[in-house]
Amino acid sequence: MKILVAVKRVVDHAVRVRVRPDGSGVETENVRMSMNPFDKHAVEAAVQLGEAGHASEIVVVSIGPKQSNDVILTALAMGAHRGILIEADGRIETLAVAKLLNAVVAEEQPDLVLLGKQAVDDDSNQVGQMLAGLLDWPQATFASEIKVAGDSLEVTREVDYGRATVGVSLPAIVTADLRLNTPRNAALPMVMKARSKPLAVRPAAEFGVDLTPRLKLEKVSPPAERVAGRKVADAAELVAAISSELTELEAL
Amino acid sequence: MSVLVLAEHDLGALSAATARIVAAAETLGPVDLLVAGQDVSAVAAEAAKLAGVEKVLVADSAALASLSPEAVAALLARLAEPYSHIVAAAAATGRDAIPRLAAKLDLMPVTDVVAIHGPTRFDRPIYAGNAIETVSSGQSKHLLTIRASAFRPAASGNDAPIHPVDADVTSVARFLAAHRTESDLPELSTAQVVVAGGVSFGSAEKFALVAELAKVLGAAVGATRAAVDAGYAPNDWQVGQTGKIIAPDLYIAIGISGALQHLAGIQGAKKIVAINKDPEAPLMKIADIALVGDLFEVVPQLIAGLGRE
Ligand SMILES: Cc1cc2nc3c(=O)[nH]c(=O)nc-3n(C[C@H](O)[C@H](O)[C@H](O)COP(=O)(O)OP(=O)(O)OC[C@H]3O[C@@H](n4cnc5c(N)ncnc54)[C@H](O)[C@@H]3O)c2cc1C
Ligand SMILES: Nc1ncnc2c1ncn2[C@@H]1O[C@H](COP(=O)(O)O)[C@@H](O)[C@H]1O
Repeated sequence: MKILVAVKRVVDHAVRVRVRPDGSGVETENVRMSMNPFDKHAVEAAVQLGEAGHASEIVVVSIGPKQSNDVILTALAMGAHRGILIEADGRIETLAVAKLLNAVVAEEQPDLVLLGKQAVDDDSNQVGQMLAGLLDWPQATFASEIKVAGDSLEVTREVDYGRATVGVSLPAIVTADLRLNTPRNAALPMVMKARSKPLAVRPAAEFGVDLTPRLKLEKVSPPAERVAGRKVADAAELVAAISSELTELEAL
Repeated sequence: MSVLVLAEHDLGALSAATARIVAAAETLGPVDLLVAGQDVSAVAAEAAKLAGVEKVLVADSAALASLSPEAVAALLARLAEPYSHIVAAAAATGRDAIPRLAAKLDLMPVTDVVAIHGPTRFDRPIYAGNAIETVSSGQSKHLLTIRASAFRPAASGNDAPIHPVDADVTSVARFLAAHRTESDLPELSTAQVVVAGGVSFGSAEKFALVAELAKVLGAAVGATRAAVDAGYAPNDWQVGQTGKIIAPDLYIAIGISGALQHLAGIQGAKKIVAINKDPEAPLMKIADIALVGDLFEVVPQLIAGLGRE
């Protein structure tokens, strides 16, 4: 099968972001950026399907500013074959991202699209489901295991009550959760090789998708701050402290 | 303005989240509550009791048995027309179905809403809760998922009429198996008291101390991603950015460092108790009550001490 993987360049998950004082957003200047962690799991899943003989071609696509090149190169170094960068600056809503991906699906005709379950910048958790809706394909989100069974997949999903296994026939959309696999760190030769793999750069305008945001972003504010409370000296004091909290709760 | 709310339910019982979503949705307009599934008359009867519900719509069919996103989104699309808002809990069913529906209706949804400022203005957390964005929408219809723990539950005592609706949808995905975590402890997402443990417990056997303490307190159990990854706790106990988001009155964190992805799940907690041998751990710095100590010494003492009270 042919697999398309969508990867996003985001503020590195280890960075503690700061809200700009004017409330226009979070500070992204001089902040470490990297591939959205969930997307690494999606790329790894695609590469593993390839290694198991199930995938003939793996194409990665990223939508964003020029620098998103980096995350495509990371995916190519992990083992993807070809990259597409759809260049777009500014705020692009998930609906527009899904429509651009829809256009790429129309061109590339993949059997499977792998995405991350959510981008850790906007924490939207929307694009995979939206793309599935646009294509009218089955979706299996929050995947922690993918098994190929003929021309369908058996996907184990992380759900509220534990896990659930669903069968989806291809073509399908699968979004990756963190326990799907352990993404590899590409060795240097692979990183070098990635640079010679095909990478098409195309302006978003080429796809005829309206990128105008539907939502007005009014402001971004910092969350309520928590401050340190008191220290207790030992377990006995803690027992007393917890008991008094519980008594207070019961009184409510 | 009128609101269609998708009820969350599991194993024939309405989930506690639904009462909170109804209360939140009621601020947007009169609420119709949709119960979709198979053999859901008992759930519908429970739903009808929630204050603020005008009527309960019941879509009962085999195709809705597993609440696949394909079937739920198709059902919602059919019912959408008269409503200004379509709302679900930011839990498994809604997270899956609402964005799918949004794309079908060519609408931009707002997910994981934590505050409602009128019918078209909403707050949602971004960057693992390290920032809150306020958005407003001029769209013709508003599709929302709401974080249940950020809202108070609706009262009970209503007797709303129950109407069956056409439930003829097809489900393309085949449901193969459910792997449920069996536990007699309270439901994590809505529990009043939660005891959580980290990877420092070192084994599943030792992690059982967390459940033992929880039992004494009538609390739910939570875990860090590291503890879940290590196999000490089931995935549905994970608290955080990618696990459950909780807002208990009391959160007791044992041997948990307080990574920002974990803190994302407990920002709504009223009081935080932390036990850690490292006084510099981030969670110790925001805890209301902190004890520096070795969990293997402290936890058995807590179980004994609190069990006595
Ligand atoms: C994209 C992404 C999403 C994530 N989502 C989540 C999420 O949803 N939830 C989540 O929890 N994590 C999440 N994580 C992981 C998170 O970054 C941390 O790795 C994780 O929370 C750490 O778990 P921990 O506190 O158990 O372990 P550690 O960070 O290793 O901390 C262990 C703590 O135990 C203390 N300790 C050790 N021994 C003892 C002892 N004997 N007595 C007392 N204290 C002791 C140590 O001092 C330390 O503070 C995510 C990460 C990424 C990249
Ligand atoms: N700008 C983008 N470019 C490529 N893929 C994206 C982009 N935004 C989101 N995605 C994909 O969609 C997934 C879910 O993102 P979101 O719905 O924004 O949380 C991500 O993990 C990516 O796989």
